[in-house]
Amino acid sequence: MSYGNDGGHHAGSNGEDDAHGSELAHVQGNPFADPGLPHHEPRRTDIDARAANRAERQVAALFTLSSLLTIAFIVCFVSIDKEKDMYVLGLGTVNSLNFALGVTLGGSLLCIGFGAIHWARKLMSSEEVVDYRHPMKSSPEDTAAVVEMFQQGVADSAIPRRKMIWTSLLGAMALFPIAPVFALRDLGPLPHKKLRRTLWDDPSHRQIVQANDERRIKASDFALGSLVSAKPNDLETQEDLAKAAIILVKINPKEIRRQEVADRGVRGILAFSKICPHAGCPLGLYEKTTHHMLCPCHQSTFDLADGGKVVFGPAARNLPQLAIEIDNEGYLVAKGGFGQPVGPSFWERGDG
Amino acid sequence: MKRLSARRRHPLAALVVLLLALGAVGGLYSLFAPTGQASAADDPSSLQIQEGKGLFITSCSTCHGLQGQGSSDGPGIAGLGAAAVDFQVGTGRMPLQSRETQAPRKKQAFTEEETAAIAAYVQSLSPGGNPIPTADKYATDGDLQEGGEIFRTNCASCHNFIGKGGALTRGKYAPNLTGTDPKHIYEAMLTGPEAMPTFSDGVLTPDQKKDVITYIKTIASEPDPGGYAAGRIGPVTEGLLMWTVVIGALIGAAVWLGAKAR
Repeated sequence: MSYGNDGGHHAGSNGEDDAHGSELAHVQGNPFADPGLPHHEPRRTDIDARAANRAERQVAALFTLSSLLTIAFIVCFVSIDKEKDMYVLGLGTVNSLNFALGVTLGGSLLCIGFGAIHWARKLMSSEEVVDYRHPMKSSPEDTAAVVEMFQQGVADSAIPRRKMIWTSLLGAMALFPIAPVFALRDLGPLPHKKLRRTLWDDPSHRQIVQANDERRIKASDFALGSLVSAKPNDLETQEDLAKAAIILVKINPKEIRRQEVADRGVRGILAFSKICPHAGCPLGLYEKTTHHMLCPCHQSTFDLADGGKVVFGPAARNLPQLAIEIDNEGYLVAKGGFGQPVGPSFWERGDG
Repeated sequence: MKRLSARRRHPLAALVVLLLALGAVGGLYSLFAPTGQASAADDPSSLQIQEGKGLFITSCSTCHGLQGQGSSDGPGIAGLGAAAVDFQVGTGRMPLQSRETQAPRKKQAFTEEETAAIAAYVQSLSPGGNPIPTADKYATDGDLQEGGEIFRTNCASCHNFIGKGGALTRGKYAPNLTGTDPKHIYEAMLTGPEAMPTFSDGVLTPDQKKDVITYIKTIASEPDPGGYAAGRIGPVTEGLLMWTVVIGALIGAAVWLGAKAR
C-alpha cells in the first residue's frame, strides 16, 4: 500500500497510515453479529394493577357493547318500517332500515374485534419468544429410502426389460395433446363473407329508419347539426343491427371538406357506421361545432366533415361512410352497402 | 217617394233621422280610425319587443350585432328564434362572462320577464326559429320506458346514463341535467346549444322529447337507498373511494395493530 505521488514531507506519516491500514482491514469479531432480542420493557398494565384492571374493564365494555348492538340489530330488524327514509348528516337521505342494520351489525362485529385486540395488547403476555425454523432438507435416511423405493418401482414395472411398452407409451403421450387442439376447430363456423356484408347490401333492406321507433326518415326532418341513430328497415336479428347500425348527421355543405364525401350524402346529410373500427363500441358522442364523433370506449375521434377520418385515438381505420340518396317519396335510402367490412379488424380482413 | 214624404211630419221622423246620422258618423269614424284601435290591442307585445330591444342593445349587441347579425366576437342570432334565447339567457349562460371553451351555467343576469322580452325581440328580428315551448310540451307525464330508450340511444353517450354529464374534447363538457329545468331541457334538444347536436321535431317528435324529459326527471328524483351515492357516476368514484379512504383506513388499522403496546 503506497501513495507514490504524495509529497516527500509526508513520507513519514505515510508509513504510519500503512500500519493503520492493515489494522483497519482486521475487524475484531463478527461485524454483523446477532443483536439479540431487544430489552423487554414492561407495559404500564404489567406493573400497575389499577391500569390492568382498567384495561380489563375496557375490554369487557367493548364485548358488552357488541352484545347490546347485536340485540339492537334484532330489535331494528323487527321494528323499523322498510319503506321509511331518514336524513343522515354527510350521507344524505338513506333508507332507515338499511342504515340501522348496517350500523348495529357492523358495530357489533367491530366491538368484538377491538376488544380482542385491546385484550392482546394490554393484558396478554408481551414477553418476546424465539422460535427457530427447522431445516428444509430431509434427513439422509429419508432421502435414501425414497430413492430405494423408486428404483424398486422401476424394477417392478419391468420397463428396463420390456422396451416396447416404454416406447409406445411415449408415443401415445406425445400424440394425445393433439386431440384437444384439433377440437378447437369446432369453436364455431368461420365467418366467411359474413363480416364483409351488412343488411344494407340487401336491396330489400335499404330504407333508413329511426333506431328507436322505426319511423322512416326524410331529409326535411333534419335541422343543421342534427344527429340521428338509424338502422335498416325490417331488421330481424340483433346480429344484423350490430353491423348495420348507422348515424346520420347534417353538416353545412360548405363545411364538408371533400367533394366525394358530400356526394355520398344528401344536402349535407351524411351517413356513417355507428360501430367504431377500433373495438366495435357504438359511437354517439357528437360535437356539432367541430363535426367530431367520439367513441366513448377509447376516445377515438373521427372528423365526419372529412369523411370520418381518424383525428385522435387508437382507431386504425376511418369510419366507413354509407352512400345515401332520396327515393321517390322523399325518404332517405342507402345506395348500397358500405363497400368494406364495418367494425373492428379481424384476421381475414386483409388490409390490416 | 210619395209615401216617404208623406211621413216626414210623423212625430218619430226626427228620431229616425237622428239615429241614421249617428250611425253614419260612427261608421265613418270606425272607417277612418281602425289603426288606432288595432295598435292598442297589440300594445303589450310591441311594448315587450321594445323593452327587449333596449336590453338587447345594452347587453347583447356588443357581440351579436345591433340587428343580431353577429360580429367577429359572436355568432349571428337573427332567425334562431325565441327558444334558443330563452335557453341561453334563462340558464345564465348568456351574457358571456369571459371567453371560454364553453359558456358555463351560472346565476341568471335577467329576470324571467326580461328574458322573455329579449326572446321576443330576437324572434321579431327575422322569421323562423323555434318559439318558446308551452308548459304542456315539457310536462313530466310522458312514457318513462320510451324516454329511457331514446335517452340511451341519443343522449347517454355524452350526458351519462342517468344524465350526470361528462367530458367532451378540449375542455368542453356535457352538463349535468339533474337540476335542469324541464323547459330548458326541451329548448336544448330543440336548438342544440354549442356542441350539442340539434334534435329537431322531425328527428325527435315533441312526444319523444317529453318522454326524454320524463326519464331525466324521474331518474333524478330516485332515492339512494344505500346512502351516499358518490356522485352516482358508477364504479370510478366508488373505486376511488375504496382505494383512498377505505384502504387508507385499513392501513391505519394495520399500523395501529402492529404498534408496540406501552
